Amino acid sequence: MRSLLGVLNIFGSLLSWFALYFLLPVLTALLYGEFAPLRGFLIGAAVSVAGGVLLRLATRRYRYDLKPRDAYLLVTVSWLAIALVATIPLLLDMPGMSFTRAYFESMSGLSTTGATQLQGLDGLPHSINMWRHALSWLGGMGIIVLAVAILPLLGVGGMQLYRAGAPGTVKDAKLAPRITEAAKALGAVYAGLTAACALALWAAGMSLFDAICHAFSTLALGGFSTHDANIAYFHSPMIEFVLMLFMLIAAMNFATHFIALRRGDFRLYRRDPEARWVLLLILSNCVVIASFIDIKHVYGDFFISMRYAAFNVISTATDSGFVSTDYGSWPVFAPLWMLFVGCLCASSGSTGGGIKMFRSLILIKQSLREMFTLVHPQAVTPLKIAGQAVPNGVVYSVLAFIFLYFMTIVALTFALLISGLDFMTAFSAIVACVNNAGPGLNLVGPAHNYSTLNDFQSWICIAGMFLGRVEIITFAVLLTPTFWRK
Amino acid sequence: MKILILGAGQVGRTAAYHLAREPDNEVTIVDTNEDVLRDLQDRLDVRAVAGNGAYPTVLETAGIADTDILVALTNSDEVNIVACEIAHTLYRTPTKIARIRAPEYTAREQLFTEGALAVDVWISPEQLVTEYIAKLLSYPGALQVVDFADGRVQLVGLRARRDGLLVGRELRTLREHLPDTEARVAAIYRNERLVPAAGDTVIEEDDEIFFVAASDDLRRVMAELRRSEDPVRRLVIAGGGNIGLRLALKLEKSNQVKLIERDPRRARRISEILENTIVLNGDAADEELLVEENIDSADVFAALTNSEEANVLSAMLAKRLGARRVMALINRPSYGQLMENHSIDIVISPQTITIGTLLAHVRRGDVVRVHSLRRGAAEAIEAVVHGTQNRSRVIGRTLEQIELPQGASIVAIVRGERVIMAHHDTTIEAEDHVIIFLSDRRHIEAVSRFFQSDN
Repeated sequence: MRSLLGVLNIFGSLLSWFALYFLLPVLTALLYGEFAPLRGFLIGAAVSVAGGVLLRLATRRYRYDLKPRDAYLLVTVSWLAIALVATIPLLLDMPGMSFTRAYFESMSGLSTTGATQLQGLDGLPHSINMWRHALSWLGGMGIIVLAVAILPLLGVGGMQLYRAGAPGTVKDAKLAPRITEAAKALGAVYAGLTAACALALWAAGMSLFDAICHAFSTLALGGFSTHDANIAYFHSPMIEFVLMLFMLIAAMNFATHFIALRRGDFRLYRRDPEARWVLLLILSNCVVIASFIDIKHVYGDFFISMRYAAFNVISTATDSGFVSTDYGSWPVFAPLWMLFVGCLCASSGSTGGGIKMFRSLILIKQSLREMFTLVHPQAVTPLKIAGQAVPNGVVYSVLAFIFLYFMTIVALTFALLISGLDFMTAFSAIVACVNNAGPGLNLVGPAHNYSTLNDFQSWICIAGMFLGRVEIITFAVLLTPTFWRK
Repeated sequence: MKILILGAGQVGRTAAYHLAREPDNEVTIVDTNEDVLRDLQDRLDVRAVAGNGAYPTVLETAGIADTDILVALTNSDEVNIVACEIAHTLYRTPTKIARIRAPEYTAREQLFTEGALAVDVWISPEQLVTEYIAKLLSYPGALQVVDFADGRVQLVGLRARRDGLLVGRELRTLREHLPDTEARVAAIYRNERLVPAAGDTVIEEDDEIFFVAASDDLRRVMAELRRSEDPVRRLVIAGGGNIGLRLALKLEKSNQVKLIERDPRRARRISEILENTIVLNGDAADEELLVEENIDSADVFAALTNSEEANVLSAMLAKRLGARRVMALINRPSYGQLMENHSIDIVISPQTITIGTLLAHVRRGDVVRVHSLRRGAAEAIEAVVHGTQNRSRVIGRTLEQIELPQGASIVAIVRGERVIMAHHDTTIEAEDHVIIFLSDRRHIEAVSRFFQSDN
């Protein structure tokens, strides 16, 4: 319990800082003269500051240096509680908003999932839309820092090796000082790329407001839009192209971006063991899906097939969740396959979700190694990624992760089935939530959203989004008795 | 000439043995182990000094002040480098040679340029042996392949087989078979005895033949003496030491390589370095392992562990289990003589290979390359002819007129880019590189004196 109080103390200061984040929607509200929603944001900010200060005061006797393992607790507490505070403006400013829906929305944003239960996005106040997108962006920032700086230190699901792959940023880091440094550097890259994306979208024809909002959810691979029709609203190949480009950028390791930008050496991308496979897999799937829907005569023209396939494949594979057409109406192979590709494709240290390419590579190589050992029983076969041997311990933790990942999907799918949803909806919703992708199929497909879910079903999806975002193990370890034992 | 050798290890002792036999040399050897030194002094005419070869005091005692050549051959690269540095800084020793094993040093060429480390010549035995084996593998069927004149000419030793076109015929028919090929048979050994190689000598099966040829013609000449074999594809290496590892690294891209290493930790370590090699953890003399890994389809089995006995046994076993050719790393010349001709096809002696290169640098005059042949019994040297017609004993003369010591013969001449096979009427010019085959290595001093200009 002592560690919980210590963690709450640190979370208190995080919460007070979070208050500043309310400035973004507040400024938007002032700019657009929306005085009604202002109330919710100001109250939210006030609660945030007051809550933060109170927490710090109440737990000041338990203030102590964080031990590495306390980070598990801090991650869980932060994600759940920030999402809680973020619901305040939604609850106060949107009439008829239930707590479940508000929490679904803020968790969907913070976990960069991009699933929404709101109808009539186009009619929402600008400030509310800004808040939703800003939450996505913050979640993206959080996950990069988490994935690059914190998870490797904890060794979650094989991520410790990844630390060695990012020289200069986090290598041999002690928890405190280097993380701050690494976090700042990554944050700067993330912010810079977001600005570039916003400018490009603006130039491609979006309004400035839309450009900023969409840049936020693009770099976070979130998938929120300011329009019900999502990207289809714009009918612009240019906008789609810019989004595709930045989704691919966001699906790569931000540590690689950082080092490549700092050294001005773009050959580093070729040395990134994940980048080439991510690109190869995504691009080849674009071709496969385009050919498939062309053969099935979904659209009369191959180039139209290519345009829609490319955008939606990139969007689902990187776990963004932007939609430029109702791909749910394509023959079922295509959307299901796209959902599956989304499980594997994002790089570690990116804002994407799912298994991550890094773990996929380890799993594939481990399988090959097992077969090789059957033929050569006495062979010594280290598992190598980019020429570096991966210790067996890492392989084991990846195997443990993959087991938990699939069990989570299975368990949550059954939970949705109990609630009465059909299989396709239940399964695709859970996969999309755990991968932080966004749209599923059928009732929660690209043409619809999650508004048809009842409260129970919403909470199951919230659980999926949260677990997927914190890499499952980070939370699961809190459920073990050993964690709490003195 | 005063020579100071640091380190009385295997190579140090052998170098001392070779150098001390040449009457003009004054050899001093330094080592920390006094027993080894005493033993060495009993057998060789050398001075011995006990102590750390990197200490100036020890070097002074050993007479560094007027030493002409310092040869640092201790086990430690660092001691060797420091000794050269000290000799350079304090005593201005003219020539400093060091054995440097670690590729971490040798990979950086700048370290050995003027003004950097005071090492004039570095020798890495592992690298030499690796290159030697790799070259042998690229000429399947050859027992020995050595380079002269930067690889323009090669001397090859092989055993004649019945399926060779020339076998059973007179030597002069070689010219009819291969009219536009430049090649010359340097020596023929039949039942371990030298047979004079004249035009009417008939080549018999199992003769050990040495010939020189320009690199491009090598394979065609070899095909005359034994049916050409398929190139090596599948290679099994026993022993993942420095040589085994380097060889695997060199060949794994072009060949299918398996490497057997006994120590699990070393096996793990090298498997991380190697990309395409199958690293097996086990005993190279484990019959089951060899069978399981299809030794019968291996083109070459190379036993390269640190233990000569293990190499002999595992190579013999591999041969019996069906490996096409087996080679073994054997240092003791007596073992080598015992094994070759019998169950082991090729005996590789790291010592002879290293010593050859080392002696080429130490020997006076203009000998640029020395290769030991037949495990040190014979030698081939490359000498550069300097000077003018009046001062040299060879320039301007035909080969007929040059009376080399017994057992020595000029086999080829490299003039600029041109390779000239030796004939009785060939005239030697200044700056020619002359390749000489010596069936009796005792005459080496006399031969190298021949090529010095008289000033």
